[in-house]
Amino acid sequence: MEKERNKYQNRRDFVRKAGKVILAAPLALIPVFLARKAKATGYVWQIDPFKCTQCGQCKTNCVRTPSAVKCVHAFEMCGYCDLCGGYLRQGVRTISTGAENQLCPTSAITRKFVEEPYFQYTINEDLCDACGKCVKGCRDFGNGSLYLQIKQDLCANCNECSIARSCPSDAVIRVPADSPYLEKDKIEIS
Amino acid sequence: MKNKLPYILFFILLTWHVIIYAQDRFPRPEFESEYTHPEQQLSSPRHPAWEYIDTGVLVIALVITTWLALKKRSRQGLVWMSLFSLAYFGFYRGGCICSVGSVQNVALALFNNGYSIPLSVLMFFIIPLVFALLYGRVFCAGVCPLGAIQELTGLRPIRLPANVEATLAMIPFVYLALAVLFASTNSQFIICRYDPFVGIFRLDAPYTMIIFGVLLLLVGIFINRPYCRYLCPYGVLLNICSRFAGRHLTITPAECTNCRLCEEACPYDAIIPSDNGSSIENTSKSRKKFAIYFLMIPVLAAAGALTVFMLSSQLAGVNSNVRLAKEIRLENETGIAAISNAAVAFKESGKTEDELFTDEINTINRYRKATLWAGIFLGLSLGIGLFSLTIRNGRTEYKPHQGKCFSCGRCFTYCPVKPKPESEYET
Repeated sequence: MEKERNKYQNRRDFVRKAGKVILAAPLALIPVFLARKAKATGYVWQIDPFKCTQCGQCKTNCVRTPSAVKCVHAFEMCGYCDLCGGYLRQGVRTISTGAENQLCPTSAITRKFVEEPYFQYTINEDLCDACGKCVKGCRDFGNGSLYLQIKQDLCANCNECSIARSCPSDAVIRVPADSPYLEKDKIEIS
Repeated sequence: MKNKLPYILFFILLTWHVIIYAQDRFPRPEFESEYTHPEQQLSSPRHPAWEYIDTGVLVIALVITTWLALKKRSRQGLVWMSLFSLAYFGFYRGGCICSVGSVQNVALALFNNGYSIPLSVLMFFIIPLVFALLYGRVFCAGVCPLGAIQELTGLRPIRLPANVEATLAMIPFVYLALAVLFASTNSQFIICRYDPFVGIFRLDAPYTMIIFGVLLLLVGIFINRPYCRYLCPYGVLLNICSRFAGRHLTITPAECTNCRLCEEACPYDAIIPSDNGSSIENTSKSRKKFAIYFLMIPVLAAAGALTVFMLSSQLAGVNSNVRLAKEIRLENETGIAAISNAAVAFKESGKTEDELFTDEINTINRYRKATLWAGIFLGLSLGIGLFSLTIRNGRTEYKPHQGKCFSCGRCFTYCPVKPKPESEYET
């Protein structure tokens, strides 16, 4: 009986050892295979401003409330227009800072007089909810200096960005963590 | 027509020009006053060094958990370990450096050239599997935040009937196969999308996510660790590796006396009872069964491959390109305008329909190939699972089932056997 049990014990040990070797092989091979492509720095999610179509998904689909996406302003590209397509609703009677004239639903854009006839527009990030209305307005009637970016201090950096999943124009992409922004006035048109 | 062509071409060129130089509609003014624009504040992400700190914490937590489960044999210690992991990986890190989800990153990196996997994610995938291969599922016991939150809320465990348990335990295999299928074809990360507890960790998520998580926790009060047992796709890999672990948590610290006190201890049905070696006899009937089930394995693998392969075009619908192509084709056939966000964006993007349809065909072909493998995997797992039922081992002691055991240590207190004093080990 003792011998019998030994036999079984040995066989089980053998199966266990063999299985271990068989499983250890892919476990060792996967890193070796992937190491060629592995990156020391991770990825973060970012919006390619040239692909973005301002569909409004960024506002509603982020796991964060309010969205980690904010509008940013490339001052280098701005025309400092009085009649700003990003600030004023279409067809306004008077060009003024009245709430009824503003395109932004949360009044997140502030307009400041610089010199005749130029105005500076700045985004109040705390109020911006990434609806993209001003971005569309500026793109259609202006220089396109307003654009959406994912703010990295707000972003939870999900493994799969839930905005990316629903973005209709594949504009939300992984970018290396050491250059986390795609600034419209600095990147080349891809 | 012919003499109008140059004008048409000129018009096309003009629009092209407008698209490219749209940004120069209003040149930047030359200010007379000393105006300088404010600097754009773009906050930077977490420092990359944190990824290595996370990996370090993972390794240290695994080592401590292994020691607590195998050497110290302290259930209390494991509970504290769970609490730490829940606090660090769960609530502090927001549940998003996670071995469970890393399966998809590995699948994506293996089959797509455009994506190179971050080193820390690769480590989070490999290290728990290596530990499982050496010491069993210690990762589940005290390191995984998803396991920890369920372990800490499993207060009144009951046991399910064996057949229900066995049926539900098949779901993770399907989940894993689908997750790898969708990730490798660059379609979706379903594990992350349907992660039940990430909403609770962040207290900020779609309400459906939080409802799902809370429901699982409520069920988990009675049916312990429902996610780990009936859903977790990474658990499948841990399960397979852990079966071959040389050293594993034991119920008894010394020799089992077959007192049967631990029989009801495990809420996961993971204790293999002793039968005093009675089932060792080899009858011709059991030998026949053994042979039949062995031959069934390739048959089931083929059947699985065929079944999932037939579903490949339906499964391909998960890919957004395939969905969009379907919509555009429908628009061409019926004349009803496609109005989804994707269709509107597609029309704006200037991509041609031919490109889209080639993309669609490529994706469907990838799905065909991938579904074949997914089917083989599912058939093989079912076949080997059934086959293993025909193997009879004589058992003279109560042992944890190495695949199912989460090394949670609930059985420790049930065992009345005292560990041998140090002196006896030396002799």
